Amino acid sequence: MPLLEAAGIKKVFGKLTALDGAALTVGENEFHGLIGPNGSGKSTLMKCIAGAELPTQGKVSFVNTDITAFTPTERARAGMSLKFQITSVLPSLTLYDNILLALQAQCSLFDLVLSRTRRRLHDQVMTMLRQFRLADRAFDAAAALSHGQQQWLEIAMALAGKPKLLLLDEPTGGMSLEERRVTGELLQPIKQHCSLVIVEHDLDFIRDICDRLTVLDQGKVLASGTVSEIQANTSVQEIYLRRA
Amino acid sequence: MLKPMSVVREAIAGDEADDAMAERVAAGRAREQVKAGRKVLPIVEGVVLVAALLAPLVLQDYLTVFATRVIILALFALSFDLVWGYAGIMSFGQALFFGSAGYGVALLARDLDITNIFLVLPAGTLIGLAFALLLGGFLLLGRHPSSVIFVSLGTLTGSYAADRLARGWYYLGGQNGIPSIAPMSLGSYEFSEGPAFYYLVLGVLVVVYLLCRVLVRSQFGLALAGLRENEQRIAFFGYKAQHLKAIIFAIGGAIAGLAGSLYAFHEGFVWPNMVGVVVSTQVVLYVLFGGSGTLIGAVIGTVIVEGVSFWLSDNYRDVWPIILGLLLLLVILFRPLGLISFVLGERERVGSFGEKPKEKRNAAS
Repeated sequence: MPLLEAAGIKKVFGKLTALDGAALTVGENEFHGLIGPNGSGKSTLMKCIAGAELPTQGKVSFVNTDITAFTPTERARAGMSLKFQITSVLPSLTLYDNILLALQAQCSLFDLVLSRTRRRLHDQVMTMLRQFRLADRAFDAAAALSHGQQQWLEIAMALAGKPKLLLLDEPTGGMSLEERRVTGELLQPIKQHCSLVIVEHDLDFIRDICDRLTVLDQGKVLASGTVSEIQANTSVQEIYLRRA
Repeated sequence: MLKPMSVVREAIAGDEADDAMAERVAAGRAREQVKAGRKVLPIVEGVVLVAALLAPLVLQDYLTVFATRVIILALFALSFDLVWGYAGIMSFGQALFFGSAGYGVALLARDLDITNIFLVLPAGTLIGLAFALLLGGFLLLGRHPSSVIFVSLGTLTGSYAADRLARGWYYLGGQNGIPSIAPMSLGSYEFSEGPAFYYLVLGVLVVVYLLCRVLVRSQFGLALAGLRENEQRIAFFGYKAQHLKAIIFAIGGAIAGLAGSLYAFHEGFVWPNMVGVVVSTQVVLYVLFGGSGTLIGAVIGTVIVEGVSFWLSDNYRDVWPIILGLLLLLVILFRPLGLISFVLGERERVGSFGEKPKEKRNAAS
């Protein structure tokens, strides 16, 4: 049984049909790349899965539950996490507080008011910051970070709730080559406990990290399969050559 | 200590020495920041408290009465500051909770002869809380987050409707309100205007202030900061953002209710303006002027706006509202974070919610 199954997803904005029967299936501990030309509907599909948009038609199942109508909060509580395309760390808070905010999201109100989990979560906050190479900036405001570091902080925040599925929308956007390489390294270890759906323009990055790929074109699935299958697929080559 | 995630353990195995160093650097930097910036807020709070404690000793009697009113309004301002400054909920109807509690205790005194301080203040607080729960439940507790415009217009409408209702309802005294409310009492002692009433409300303000301070610096306060900065983002973490908003809105309503009941007994009468749009707007100005998102800013803003209005209305009888309006505009244009931002840095205003750096050093060693 797959972890995530989105089928027949249609999304219409006014006269524009962004998705027209798109589908995506992700297994446990699978890294799944979502690629396609600009405007092919990748981000919209991510949003429909994460709950930022509700699909006009279609069904999204996650861990054997129909979550199509779930709010983002309900999806997060079911074990799904999203890193937005535009970095949305909380700029005026310190890095430490950004991570703590993400970690404490499912604490009870009582615990929050009495700050009862502050001490318990401290080690987890520092471990996450160390893991993402941000420990030396722990008490700086997030606004002071470079763009790449903000992306890492955001990935760390998305992982804080120990999700079963992490949705990454263009994690390496605006990063240097070195930062991209490090991002790949940072993501590898999470495979043991988490699946990943990743939207990305950098095909080398996708190839290095993903097990399977789904290619979207004009709101429809053009091809889906392992990385080598997709690389050998002539229609995929064609759309990329056509638009290159 | 909790067992760290297995993944994480692996990831850090390689460069633990670097990490330990990095952490020491971070802790050192944090301590420097603490040294550099942390001290301003307690100093400002201390100065304001000492000034407030000494005020009745140096002020003439009629000014002590005025100062009492200002302290009550500062308590009211705290309620708006929690809701707007900390949680980012634009409430243009905060007077609804202030005034309805005022009317409530006035009715208790008029119709049931209940004036005991231990009955009327909790009653006023509960009335504020109940109205805020009702209105907040309606405006904030939808399945999907409600827009700022919806909430601000909803609260504004609530306040306006209450004002019209009070004006038209004979039982509530119509346009004239409820005059000659019996004084608040404790046994045979009656609180009348003057130093005793002043110190009573100052005590209430200090207690509520301290409770609010603990709340906004708690992990709940961190959740509020997230709510204020990016509500959508924290919903994706799994926060029940609407619940958080409804809770802080209700707490704000309760504090406004407490302030409203003190105000009713201090002034000795209640009238429709007290629930209406004018008072609702006034409290917005106090907080914007002093500095929203800092508790002391709300208090200072109230004192200065009320103090300056009092002085101007004495000295420039005809044009004082224009002068006051210009002053407010200047502050809001050039100091959007309020007067407090002259002395308080951004880092200290937002604050830090984790464990204190000193404890961190211990935890690391």
